[in-house]
Amino acid sequence: MDFGSLFTNVVAEMIGPTAIAYALAAIGLNIHFGLTGLINMGQAGFMLLGAYGFAISTIAGWPVWAAVLVAIAAAVVFALLLGIPTLKLRGDYLAIVTIAAAEIIRIVGRSTSLSSFTGGSNGLLGNSFKESFSGASPFPDGRFSLGPFTYSMNDSNSWWLRIVGWALVALACLLVYLLMRSPWGRVLKGIREDEDAVRSLGKNVYGYKLQALVTGGVLGALGGIVFTLASSVQPDSLGRPVTFNTWTILLLGGAATVFGPVLGSLLFWGALILVRGLLRGLVPETILSTQQVEQAGWVLVGITLMLLIVFRPQGLLGDKKELAINVR
Amino acid sequence: MSADPQLAGSHALPEVAEARAALAALDQVPGVAKPDPMLVADGVQRTFGGVHAVDVAHLEVQRHVITALIGPNGAGKTTFFNLMTGFDKPDSGHWTFDGVSLAGVPASRVSRSGMVRTFQLTKALSRMTVLENMRLGAGSQPGERMLTALVRPLWVAREREITDKAMDLLARFKLDTKKDDFAGSLSGGQRKLLEMARALMSDPKLVMLDEPMAGVNPALTQSLLGHIIELRDEGTTVLFVEHDMHMVRHISDWVVVMAQGKVVAEGPPKQVMDDQAVIDAYLGAHHDTDLGDDSLLDEGGRIDAEADAESEAELEEPK
Ligand SMILES: Nc1ncnc2c1ncn2[C@@H]1O[C@H](COP(=O)(O)OP(=O)(O)OP(=O)(O)O)[C@@H](O)[C@H]1O
Ligand SMILES: [Mg+2]
Repeated sequence: MDFGSLFTNVVAEMIGPTAIAYALAAIGLNIHFGLTGLINMGQAGFMLLGAYGFAISTIAGWPVWAAVLVAIAAAVVFALLLGIPTLKLRGDYLAIVTIAAAEIIRIVGRSTSLSSFTGGSNGLLGNSFKESFSGASPFPDGRFSLGPFTYSMNDSNSWWLRIVGWALVALACLLVYLLMRSPWGRVLKGIREDEDAVRSLGKNVYGYKLQALVTGGVLGALGGIVFTLASSVQPDSLGRPVTFNTWTILLLGGAATVFGPVLGSLLFWGALILVRGLLRGLVPETILSTQQVEQAGWVLVGITLMLLIVFRPQGLLGDKKELAINVR
Repeated sequence: MSADPQLAGSHALPEVAEARAALAALDQVPGVAKPDPMLVADGVQRTFGGVHAVDVAHLEVQRHVITALIGPNGAGKTTFFNLMTGFDKPDSGHWTFDGVSLAGVPASRVSRSGMVRTFQLTKALSRMTVLENMRLGAGSQPGERMLTALVRPLWVAREREITDKAMDLLARFKLDTKKDDFAGSLSGGQRKLLEMARALMSDPKLVMLDEPMAGVNPALTQSLLGHIIELRDEGTTVLFVEHDMHMVRHISDWVVVMAQGKVVAEGPPKQVMDDQAVIDAYLGAHHDTDLGDDSLLDEGGRIDAEADAESEAELEEPK
């Protein structure tokens, strides 16, 4: 088997749009869970809304910046709709409501009655909304190679998308870094520990939780845009498994850390490609068919992650000391 | 009016001395009007199922003095605290704090208006350091707004003030060496101290302490009592719930007794605690228990007595 090309594939996946999209979504989830203790089980819903918001408004002829703003606005409204009734209640309610709401977005998106906007279950073809983003690139058209990696400069699954995507990830990390060491971040951390205590100290806990939910949701929507710009808008490709993968990535990298979600995303997608490649190269076709390799890849990644969580529950970058405190 | 003259502050503000002196002229009946009330509750009721947890017809808390709220387990003291501070909603009734009606006001705004409480079951923020816990108690930090938070120069100056103040308070409460430890690693008594110190970060007008001494080392109790008296002398009004009768006798200027949700007696500590009705209400079947006899507070007896009260308090704590 060709280890060189396997290695190339792994690295390609790690720098690709999927890893970027999940990193953004996991950074958002980190603001919810790692910083504030909110359990959002519908991050995929925020991503899907971002994807729809961006694609539909682009198809309607809006420029890139306006389409991005629409995606952000959709996430803000969604967060407020979910947060206003539930954030005054105990934590579990948010979890239940978000998982249901994300499903509602997906099911409404694929319903035939809306197919003139959303394309129904077929979704929206990439070519119908990618033009304006490619057009915004300052680089010349054509293909470009960097080492073993060759992509078109601007079209579809491009270098331009990777550059913008990683820039977004860097900005999001900077945002989390600044917020985490600020008094605002301190209040969120307090809420994570005991919201009544924070309330007794005069902080409007409800307001802070809403801010956190909105901010993390917007990052999810940006992740959705990146995800969608690499392929198409497909409601079923942003369903529940995406939320669960995002959680896995967050816990793998380390919640409540700045770079944990990014590292988690890189390793998660890298590991998946690596495992599949090894199975394909080392296990004969008669034992595992190509399709079974797909599935077995998920299984092995799942087991690896379970082991990691068992033996390193704070995640790769998490602070063991912080986790070891027994909360009395 | 304090039972122990050397603990009474010699450098008290004149209005504090005046407020304390004014108590002497009051009738010792439940609900008596105070000359300068800070907190006034009227017809506050709260039932849980059929239980009247709180049923306070009228209660005034005098400004600038230390008021103790005592009563048997389940008398409704904590529930009364919860109601006043917005952590629970009464079935009926209204109350004012410093002249402003607080009925229906959320807990965070109650706290910002100057009435800060602590909890009977301590709420230390476990996975934050002691110093971070303290900083969180401070008010008017512009960096607690999301956009300002991103621009460090806009809030570092205030942060420095907050940190200085936090270190001052921590030193007072003998926690300064623990400042970088996680609050979750503190002992039960240390957490009580931390919670009290944290509540003082915002310079409250009225601080409401729910069993501040439960589980605190007797050697430290003495100096803590001193701090509470100092607080009063600097102008803070204190309302505290406590089962330790020595502490109540020691530092309170006025005592309010609750039983089964109602205020059943109030008055200066000595008179209230000698009142047979109070002894009955408070102790029920345990008439032989000592209600903080002064003679025990004489030199020599003091530490033993407090150690006893301490072990009683410890027995009561894990409710
Ligand atoms: N959330 C609740 N649900 C049901 N009953 C409650 C609740 N909170 C308090 N009670 C009841 O209200 C009454 C008063 O309780 P509270 O905690 O106010 O007493 P307390 O005076 O603080 O007692 P202690 O000295 O033991 O702390 C008790 O009978 C208690 O069982
Ligand atoms: Mg109580």
